[in-house]
Amino acid sequence: MAFGQKRTSGPGSRGRGAAGAAGAEKGARRPMFRRRKVCKFCADKIDDINYKDVKLLAPFVPERAKVLPRRISGTCAMHQRKLRTAIMRARHLALLPYVTD
Amino acid sequence: MSTNRKYELVYIVSPESTDAHVAELHTQVEGIVGRLGGTIEKNEPWGRRKLAYEIGKAKEGIYVLTVIRGGGDVMKEIDRRFKVTDTIIRHLIVRVDEDESVIERVRTKRTEESRRRRIARGLPPDRQPGEGQQPDRDDDDRDDRFEGVEV
Repeated sequence: MAFGQKRTSGPGSRGRGAAGAAGAEKGARRPMFRRRKVCKFCADKIDDINYKDVKLLAPFVPERAKVLPRRISGTCAMHQRKLRTAIMRARHLALLPYVTD
Repeated sequence: MSTNRKYELVYIVSPESTDAHVAELHTQVEGIVGRLGGTIEKNEPWGRRKLAYEIGKAKEGIYVLTVIRGGGDVMKEIDRRFKVTDTIIRHLIVRVDEDESVIERVRTKRTEESRRRRIARGLPPDRQPGEGQQPDRDDDDRDDRFEGVEV
């Protein structure tokens, strides 16, 4: 169940335009190879996205301290919602930053 | 009490405070909880921790986690008190009993489901040692391994 559900969505369309332009010179035939993105929480069976677990949340808050969008992380909608609440709580407690400069 | 809810309370005490003051705050919480008919389930001081950003002038804080069982009025009173306490630079109250029961349900459902499937496939209900990932996918190009959260 956990596997295969993302099959139809396939590789993300992210960066298609830029890659297409660059690949035009050297063999545009070759399809862009992208690993299929899987929701980390579904794959690892993490049920509890807890605001106290900074180690778990940190990868989803990249350098500018914004929440990593779903289209990049591949997180499913349900887990992204839970992740968001957890990050917001952690930010309130100064466990995670709101902004970095 | 008719209401039996579970709350997590995390508060950050300003770094200049002494251990005695932190202990005093804890007794205050205990007092409120006891007076309004709740119980303290757990008290877990995290100790001094660097803040992700400055709050006022503070760069670090003393974190304390307390798990409380009781009604909403208990937390309301604690919230009110903490808001007017200057030495508490931040606090957070989260109700956790409902979420925990949901998590529990998901977990049991998953283990039951996997056991049922394993039995249907003629395997022992629990995963044997040394048994790896189930070969239930049709592609074998190994490109779909979980890739972490790289950007």
